[in-house]
Amino acid sequence: MNKSVQNVLLVGVGGQGIIRASDILSAVLMRAGFDVKKSEVHGMAQRGGCVSSHVRFGSKVYSPLTKKGDVDILVSFEKLETLRYLDYLKADGKVIINDEEIYPPSVNLGEEAYPADATNFIKKHFTSVKVVNATEMALRSGDRRMANTVILGVLSSYLDIEYRVWEDVLEESFPPKILSGNKEAFELGRGV
Amino acid sequence: MSGNEAIARGAYEDGITFASAYPGTPSTEIMEAFSKYDGVYAEWSPNEKVALEVGIGAALGGARALVVMKHVGVNVAADPLFTASYTGTEGGLVIISADDPSMHSSQNEQDNRNYARAAKIPMLEPSDSNEAKEFIKIAFRMSEEFDTPVFLRTTTRISHSKSVVDLEEPETRTEKRDFRHDPSKYVMVPAKARERRIEVEKRMERLREFAETFPENRMEIQDTRVGIITAGMPYNYAKDAFPDYSYLKLGMVHPLPSGLIREFASKVDKIFVVEELDPFIEEQVRAMGIEVVGKEVFSYTGEFDPGIVEAGVTGNRVGEVELPARLLPQRPPNLCPGCPHRGLFYVLGKLKVFVTGDIGCYTLSFMKPLEGLDSCICMGASVGMAHGMDKVLEGKGRVVGVLGDSTFIHSGITPLLNMVYNKSNAVVVICDNRTTAMTGMQEHPATGFTLQGAATKALDFVELAKALGIDNVRVVDPFDIKETRRVIKEELSREGPSLVISRAPCALLAVKKKTGRRVPLRIDPDKCTGCKACLGLGCPPISWQRLEDMEMETEKKTKRQEGIAVIDSALCDGCTLCQQLCSAGAIEGVADDE
Repeated sequence: MNKSVQNVLLVGVGGQGIIRASDILSAVLMRAGFDVKKSEVHGMAQRGGCVSSHVRFGSKVYSPLTKKGDVDILVSFEKLETLRYLDYLKADGKVIINDEEIYPPSVNLGEEAYPADATNFIKKHFTSVKVVNATEMALRSGDRRMANTVILGVLSSYLDIEYRVWEDVLEESFPPKILSGNKEAFELGRGV
Repeated sequence: MSGNEAIARGAYEDGITFASAYPGTPSTEIMEAFSKYDGVYAEWSPNEKVALEVGIGAALGGARALVVMKHVGVNVAADPLFTASYTGTEGGLVIISADDPSMHSSQNEQDNRNYARAAKIPMLEPSDSNEAKEFIKIAFRMSEEFDTPVFLRTTTRISHSKSVVDLEEPETRTEKRDFRHDPSKYVMVPAKARERRIEVEKRMERLREFAETFPENRMEIQDTRVGIITAGMPYNYAKDAFPDYSYLKLGMVHPLPSGLIREFASKVDKIFVVEELDPFIEEQVRAMGIEVVGKEVFSYTGEFDPGIVEAGVTGNRVGEVELPARLLPQRPPNLCPGCPHRGLFYVLGKLKVFVTGDIGCYTLSFMKPLEGLDSCICMGASVGMAHGMDKVLEGKGRVVGVLGDSTFIHSGITPLLNMVYNKSNAVVVICDNRTTAMTGMQEHPATGFTLQGAATKALDFVELAKALGIDNVRVVDPFDIKETRRVIKEELSREGPSLVISRAPCALLAVKKKTGRRVPLRIDPDKCTGCKACLGLGCPPISWQRLEDMEMETEKKTKRQEGIAVIDSALCDGCTLCQQLCSAGAIEGVADDE
């Protein structure tokens, strides 16, 4: 396996802005001089299904998909989805969890229970686990839809990339009207 | 850039100005990107067969034509495809086949490399976005040099992965746009086709020679203990897992370079063929008398990843974390809040009928709790199947065929005519949401706009149905449950074929066009009796809360009440379907100040 490549896996539910977040992350990594490949598994995800986005970077990246057991950072936008992708993590992989629960149909119908112990289960098996309430922080910045930017802010403190690069890419990614709110959301995340 | 964007860019850089297609995941974004470049003509055709015929016509008129479709689209276009191989092309003709291993968004996972062999058409297969951009240019040059249509095959992982692409300035290439009478080449009556048939074999012979020195069929000789023959995306998976082995990376998967393969085989000790889906390369290499390892260690189904390739070659999985297995609630995709399909399929699910379904978002209604759809084969199948089933079942009113507006135009008109001609009693419903929703809001012949945004005539389904000879044509609003049920029941009891047009715009289209944001709803916990009627809609914002889990005390309205339903008003579209089902009158609009 190519050891010089680092792997980030972003997961969650269709509509949470995961693809947008991974687009911004990829742009940042490219700007920082890495070879980057990015791939999503989303099929019909606009309609509430699981979404996962692999972002791989290094001096030369071949596969856009990461193999199971090789992810350095798992960024989860939804608690239950974290559990679904845990087997992608390295033994010493890091986890960022957004403390949000989105019920799948079977839970909505009262047929299945939403796993209550998700965070504890993850903490039992992995040492670096950070739980953030991105939706609440996004609301503080003015709009709950900016939760994905908050999470990018959290992720930014895990990556050794100059702050300026993030700033530049954020500026290019958002129209002026929502830029300052998103920058604020990013800062809140980065400060966690 | 994604592979799809790179293909569009490559075509643009190559001076291509003509493209036709029908949308289909994972190919759709190629046309969306291409159509935005300056000076190009790009159209959504009603289906892939038409798109290819449009492309053939354009090529015969001297243009270089690009035709784009997903893998199952090639089935639809197969008829003109096989004979266009005989006629060859005057300009250039490249057909993109976007395959979908793992069926991320498809009804099957056919391997379209088999079409290249069956139709005797060369096929290129890129392994990343930059190659996708270059290969489209090579494909056009091959098409012109060898006077043949050329396939460019992608898979979902090529189409939708993003990787770094080097941009170049567009070239202006002259085209001699005119027609030329050449019946011996373009009129495929048996006598002429027999002559062309021989030309096709001669062309294949020349292409096999070309493949031997084609630079994109390349050997990477390193550690010679193991050699890997591969193409497309699996090349990356293998390189990731085994950067030091030797490779024969094939940029052209049909025809194969037998001399080059023999040379590679003589340089390495053991050969693995790494390919997704069918043993397409493997069987041909074996037929050359070369011993290889292939499908005995790799799956016939699904897409690969580096871990799967590693496990296939080494025989075991490495590096995975041991975790206790847990059963997690599945998260299947669902119809959106405010989706017009929900009301219709709620009604259909409650009727004692067999619903032949089709390809579209509405196919999701087969799931609980709607359970309003009983089959899904291919585009247009709903109509033909409904008629066939109606013919063999005794009694009336037991079969409904359902399909979308774009799907109806794609393949539903001919079978509807058949229902009239052969005196059917089935009911067909068009879920007319005014767009091609599933692939992301593409225009079609009934929307009134072309791919490039020009206003055009909009097909009128009611007039069309009348012209076909259908006397019973009804239009209903699927957000009115009672009325929808009444109309469908009436039509089920009527003699002769009926067409019901269930018309309301896609919820996402309404958002995009900023039309009709409705008042979101909430449930009054003091009025909800916990009857679960609203939950039967399977609407994402509506969830069930058990009384015992609630912080606030809620008074039981009935002895057996176990909980209440809750609406997440932030997600609610306010379509009122749940309100219509609530006999307790517990569902009300959220006031502006809340």
